[in-house]
Amino acid sequence: MDLVSPSFGLLFWTGITFCLLLLVLAKFVWKPVLSAVNARSQKIDEALLEAEKARQEMKTLQAENERILKEARAERDAILKEAKEVGLKMIEESRDKAKTEGQKLIESAKQAINNERNSAIADMKAQIATFSVDIAESLVKESLAADDKQKSLVSKMVQDIQLN
Amino acid sequence: MNLTEKNLYLCANFQANFKMSRTAIIRLLSIVTSLLFLAFTGSAAEEKKFNVTETIMHHVLDAHEWHLWGEGHDGTSIYLPVIIYDNGIKVFSSSHLYRGKAVPVADSLKPSEYLVGKGPAEGYALLHEKIYKLNNGKLAFHGAHPKNAMPLDLSITKNVLSLFIGALILLVVMLSTAVYYKKNGAVAPRGIAKFIEPLIVYVRDEIVKPNIHGAKHTRYIGFITTAFFFILVNNLLGMIPVFPGGANLTGNISVTLFLAVCTLLVTVFSGNKNYWRHIFATPGVPWVLLPIMIPIELVGIFTKPFALMIRLFANLTAGHIIILALISIIFINKSAAWGFLSVPMALFISVLEILVAFLQAYLFASLSALFIGAAVEEDHH
Repeated sequence: MDLVSPSFGLLFWTGITFCLLLLVLAKFVWKPVLSAVNARSQKIDEALLEAEKARQEMKTLQAENERILKEARAERDAILKEAKEVGLKMIEESRDKAKTEGQKLIESAKQAINNERNSAIADMKAQIATFSVDIAESLVKESLAADDKQKSLVSKMVQDIQLN
Repeated sequence: MNLTEKNLYLCANFQANFKMSRTAIIRLLSIVTSLLFLAFTGSAAEEKKFNVTETIMHHVLDAHEWHLWGEGHDGTSIYLPVIIYDNGIKVFSSSHLYRGKAVPVADSLKPSEYLVGKGPAEGYALLHEKIYKLNNGKLAFHGAHPKNAMPLDLSITKNVLSLFIGALILLVVMLSTAVYYKKNGAVAPRGIAKFIEPLIVYVRDEIVKPNIHGAKHTRYIGFITTAFFFILVNNLLGMIPVFPGGANLTGNISVTLFLAVCTLLVTVFSGNKNYWRHIFATPGVPWVLLPIMIPIELVGIFTKPFALMIRLFANLTAGHIIILALISIIFINKSAAWGFLSVPMALFISVLEILVAFLQAYLFASLSALFIGAAVEEDHH
């Protein structure tokens, strides 16, 4: 029976001790400790959030970098391509130019040659005529005594020359 | 409760033939550490009767002395102050009662004598650790119980001293934890704080928060956390077999009664409209049944904390009784060889009791939170 009958004395001291413990612990331990724990967990949450943000930022930064790099590469390619085209065009053009120039040169050379030939032929003709006249003169001087014969022969000769 | 009764029954069966002093308990416990030593000296006090029930009850009940070692008048005890209120407060050492004159009473009573105080304890007698006022220098019995008046006993008994020691330990540990945070701010815990903080956070997050919903839970953290640590520390202190431990404080009905009453008061005074409506006009119950339902619900207010009180008391007392009964096997058989059986068994139960110490603290806190949570729950219908 003693086991299950409460005693006033112990009840009294338990009450006082427990109430004092409750007051002291609640005010000086549970409250500050839990608020410290809360503050810490908030700090950790914030740090995590910030880290996530930084990660996100880095990701966008990286994407941006990649984009810029890509653009630069494309630009470089375009420039190279253009340069190549320009080069090719220039080569083509100069080749064409050279060709026409050569043609022209050949043409003018041909012309000059022709002219030279013609003038040479004309020259030759004139000289041959002179020579012929000289030869004929000397020949005729010797064989032709009569005037009429001379005159008819000369006119015939002049006619022949004119035909040429 | 069942376990307790069973053990008491077992002990009662054993008690008849065995010799040993009433204060053999410390010798019983010392065998745990010095089995060999006892093998040579164990039969020293065979003339006296060894009464298992008395030995165990002496341990699990309260006392005005804290027995350390030795037997009877040769024993060494800490005599604790007796404080009684009998037309004014009287304070004296309990040695004046324990070292008083032994007056025999009927043999059927255990103990078969009461102690008459001397010196400042003049006029008082001690029987079953209760202080009676002497009437014409003696106790007048009516059956097994004295009819004499009892002064209001506010003594610092073994349990009260154990209570103070437990409270001191709790204060030192907890305040040093709080000091850590005060010094270092909101940083990762080190030292004692590293050990205590998870427990405090556990009580808040796993006991208070899930049972008391919403922001209201902060109001009850103080009570529930204090109750949890108070029970835990005193449970563990009770598991230490030597001074300053070993008092069966949380297995004392007075302590569990006080704690349960606290829960009851907090529950009743926190109860909102919804809580009282569920008691006096339970929703969904036809009004004809209300005359039956209201008394049931009213009784229900008290049965919940009552169960808390009995659960803690019975679990802790049963644990102490089992360990003592197992150690008593050695003395019942008067052979240290039995230690090879009883010591491992007692060790096993002791380890189990450490689990129980945590479990019961958790249960008390958890169920208190549940009851309070139900009282402050808002209407969801």
